[in-house]
Amino acid sequence: MDATRRTLLRGMGSTGLLAAAIAAGVLKPTRVFAAEYNKVAFEAKDLAGGLKGIGAASPAESKDIVLSAPEIAENGAVVSVTVASKIPGTSALAVFVEKNPMPLSAHFQFLNGALPEARLNVKMSQTSLIKAVALANGKAYMAQKEVKVTMGGCGG
Amino acid sequence: MADPMKIRATASGDVCEIKVLMSHPMETGQRKESDGKIVPAHFIQTFTIAVNGKTVIDAGTGTSVSRNPVFGFKVKGPKAGDKVTVSWVDNLGDKRTDEATVA
Repeated sequence: MDATRRTLLRGMGSTGLLAAAIAAGVLKPTRVFAAEYNKVAFEAKDLAGGLKGIGAASPAESKDIVLSAPEIAENGAVVSVTVASKIPGTSALAVFVEKNPMPLSAHFQFLNGALPEARLNVKMSQTSLIKAVALANGKAYMAQKEVKVTMGGCGG
Repeated sequence: MADPMKIRATASGDVCEIKVLMSHPMETGQRKESDGKIVPAHFIQTFTIAVNGKTVIDAGTGTSVSRNPVFGFKVKGPKAGDKVTVSWVDNLGDKRTDEATVA
């Protein structure tokens, strides 16, 4: 039964059918892809929901997370953000844009020698706090920085 | 099928810097065309980076990652000649894998 399902999934892989099947809750994507998409966290409409979704419900403020982002972003469509954690045992980092419709932007897990550091570009709908959350030894830590946006990046 | 990624991996001393540029529209599903129709969401949901077959980065991305995403990471250990493989999957089930060699 399981084998049949796998074959079916592979066959559908290149079409939109797979996404439709996942959306309908018929199939779980975990078996097909190496990384599982954390739908709950990424589709959360507020920061609290996103934090909870990644297992970091109430992160403690930490000065050991280095978050760099511009003070003012002229174009909210591309805001360069760099996060790095100096907390020993950091296994994952997440980046949130608090006032975006869905705050969680990205979540990274560091394995096999990867240093807890990441650079990415995010979209910002408006001036907001950017929050970087680090997970280390089962605990959550956070740092934040406000970025002023003069032109939003999520609208038309 | 999406365009190839650009992957640059440079080892200096003990640490290898990996930069990836993915070619993807990253549509949020909230943007409207001039005729008022919503552009359907189309964005990368997960990607992994492996060095010589061993996963080093396992990532999830939401709609708020910029169009044509650029990511930068640092990994301890890789040497010149090692193989870096990056794979992504988007919300429509489209996927792409590209390789590069550590310089």
